[in-house]
Amino acid sequence: MNRRQFIGSMVSAPIVLFPLAARVAQAHPANYRNLLVLIELKGGNDGLNTVVPYAAESYYALRPRLAIARDQVIQLDEHTGLHPALKPLGAMWQAQELAIVQGLGYPSANLSHFRSIEIWHTASRADEYLEDGWLSRVFKRAPAPAGYAADGVVVGSHDLGPLAGVGPRVIALANTERFLRQMHLANPVERGGSAALRHIMRVERDIAKAASRFDARHQFRTEFPATAFGNAVRTASQVIASRSGVAVVKLTLDGFDTHSNQAARHVRLLQSFADGLVALRQALTELGRWESSLVMTYAEFGRRPKQNLSGGTDHGTASAHFLAGGRVRGGLHGLAPALDRLDGNGNLPFGPDFRELYAMVLERWWGVDSSVPLKGRFEPLELLKV
Amino acid sequence: MIGTIGFLIRICAVLGTALAAAHAAPMGPDEARHLLLRTSFAAPSAEVKALAVLSRTEAVERLLGQARTEPTTRPPAELDHWTPRSQLRAMSEQERREWLRQTNLQGQELRTWWFGEMLATSSPFTERMTLFWHNHFVSSLQKVRPARLIYRQNLLLRSHALGNFRQMLHAISRDPAMIIYLDNAFNRKGQPNENFAREVMELFTLGEGNYSEHDIKEAARAFTGWGIDGETGEFRFRPAWHDEGVKTVLGRSGAFGGAEVLDILLEEPQTAELIVRKLWREYVSPVPDPREVERIAAEFRRSDYDIRVPVRALLASNAFYAKANRASLVKSPVELLVGTLRQFEFRVADPFPFVVMSRQLGQDLMAPPNVKGWPGGEHWINAGTLLTRKQILERLFRVVEPPAAAMMAVSAERSVNANPANPNAGRFRRAMQEVRFDPGAWAAKAKDDGALKVTNLLLPAPPVHPVPGERDTLALVRHLTLDPVYQLK
Repeated sequence: MNRRQFIGSMVSAPIVLFPLAARVAQAHPANYRNLLVLIELKGGNDGLNTVVPYAAESYYALRPRLAIARDQVIQLDEHTGLHPALKPLGAMWQAQELAIVQGLGYPSANLSHFRSIEIWHTASRADEYLEDGWLSRVFKRAPAPAGYAADGVVVGSHDLGPLAGVGPRVIALANTERFLRQMHLANPVERGGSAALRHIMRVERDIAKAASRFDARHQFRTEFPATAFGNAVRTASQVIASRSGVAVVKLTLDGFDTHSNQAARHVRLLQSFADGLVALRQALTELGRWESSLVMTYAEFGRRPKQNLSGGTDHGTASAHFLAGGRVRGGLHGLAPALDRLDGNGNLPFGPDFRELYAMVLERWWGVDSSVPLKGRFEPLELLKV
Repeated sequence: MIGTIGFLIRICAVLGTALAAAHAAPMGPDEARHLLLRTSFAAPSAEVKALAVLSRTEAVERLLGQARTEPTTRPPAELDHWTPRSQLRAMSEQERREWLRQTNLQGQELRTWWFGEMLATSSPFTERMTLFWHNHFVSSLQKVRPARLIYRQNLLLRSHALGNFRQMLHAISRDPAMIIYLDNAFNRKGQPNENFAREVMELFTLGEGNYSEHDIKEAARAFTGWGIDGETGEFRFRPAWHDEGVKTVLGRSGAFGGAEVLDILLEEPQTAELIVRKLWREYVSPVPDPREVERIAAEFRRSDYDIRVPVRALLASNAFYAKANRASLVKSPVELLVGTLRQFEFRVADPFPFVVMSRQLGQDLMAPPNVKGWPGGEHWINAGTLLTRKQILERLFRVVEPPAAAMMAVSAERSVNANPANPNAGRFRRAMQEVRFDPGAWAAKAKDDGALKVTNLLLPAPPVHPVPGERDTLALVRHLTLDPVYQLK
């Protein structure tokens, strides 16, 4: 019996064994009608050249080769502007549907890709190792309704990241058509056996269930960019278009580990990101879901303020991230880069803890408790109109 | 009266003989297959046939007798190259980047070498045990970087894999890769770094809850000065960095050095229990029997940590062969891939693609996710990895011709081929073109050895999906390797 069946059986059972736990689980059903779309900027996006402190002299001193010239920046206010490649996001910004959180990070930042993304994915402290992703812990306590295609769908990666762990119904796919073609590989039947075998059969059932609910045929008027990320956005939109629902969709845009020749690469990456985000907004609007969608970027870390000698930047700490959606409180939030307070490695101090952002998703967006899955009390950032 | 006693004595004698006979009775092909699948990646029919005539104890002794302390193959010599720190410091940034690029490539070569050793070795059990210790005394190329250090650690783990745990613990604590991985290189008098002291207690010996934060602080002081020599890449003790003062660890006080602290950790019964529990989960079932663990751990300590003692006890135990524990463990990605290639005697000239596949399936060899290692078990299987496992299997057997084209499709959207300029993509394709399986020869051999039907040879439990009759071997193999039970051991 898996957790879902267990909870189901408790509802109908005449004798409820753990009435308190059952009531807590029932009292506040999570509002998974509100969709979360995560975009991982893999490799560690350079926050400083994304959301540019163009009024800071120290920015130009630290980056003589890489800084974005003042007259190139898309000015958001008298201190801060966007990289010119993010021009397509202008409409979203004007509509107050784009929030920028600067200085997101955590204490004792780790500079390893591997370890730092693990910290973000598991919402652990820097000195603790957790096996399950933070969303996985949420869905274990409060699964999406049985009618949903899945708790979460991960597009284009096997690493389930925040959804990793045994328990939640998570589907990983590269595109919906191919996923549906692979269906013959999952052939669930009822069968006892070892716990391990039952786990495999449950995953096969999850796959089959999701497949039966995905609709790869929805015709969008939205034109999706002809990039890898554009394809991922198209796949995500197909998944969301399926009527049965999903609580989280995770996308990845890879290539941000720009140790060398950053300038040109970063332009392509940010263009790809901006075009994809614009297409996603259009597709979600088309589906009538923009008001009930929250798009959120994250990465393992930002990059070091001082450029290196290869025309790139090395691993940093705090960074700026984006929130987009019909109910986002648009504008600049968080802590602007404190270039005068760099640490011993020459890295930025952080402002908001990323777990405060997660707490916002859990408490304000879904209306579920955050202190258990986040293993502590984090004050939710107030960046949503709810 | 006397007659009754005589009768009882006779009964006892008969029973005793019967029990001894049961113990010494041939294990039969089913148990032989089980033992091989759990300890040796795969159960080739010839091996099954050879073990089936032995008793359980004899079979384990045979595995132990074949164990090696050295690999059968050697990696390319440059993987053992060390760049002295002074030379690194003198490099321009450009040169250093090139060095780093080469270092990463060597890491890839090192993984490929180990995968190849697992395919080639005459003692797969040695490699399974080395893999077990790799996931216990974790270090990662991701942090350590130079392939040489992880290579040498791999040799160290193998040389002690079925040796003595006390010696292994002492050796690994002075191992340069470990010293870098757990930051003991930064551990000095007055500026202690607690990372190694913490993990050696929490993960390598006692287990969580069996020590205090104070014990960690004190133990860290004992390990101060254990570092590496940047010029040679070897262990070096720096007396000037060592804290000579009195430390108190687990209630014992003295001017301890690191070695004394390790011996204190080995005196605690929890250490042997932690290792036996872990071996149980690796080889027997996901849920160790606490009383058996305690009993075997006591024997382990009495032997002064001879690793063969718990291995023998576990692999000859009733729990190991119990029906309830069959098919209860999930094959790791490495086991699935190495196991399949060994089981079907695939010809593999360059195992590089399988290193990539293993990483896609969540097991990046020589780079476990963190110091706790791969969580394993059910964590190996999610909707993404399960479909990819099956896709890899399906395509390995789809065409008897080179499965390269099909394989490329598997990884088309994945890391290796994401960037067309990536030289790995070409190597992946070329290597896959060399991969060969000969179903006719394989079937003939399996039939010749004849101990088990193909279904029973390949699966640790009856298949979930009924096997349709009247099929040729290749069709049967395709059917069985896609059955969920094939993911288990």
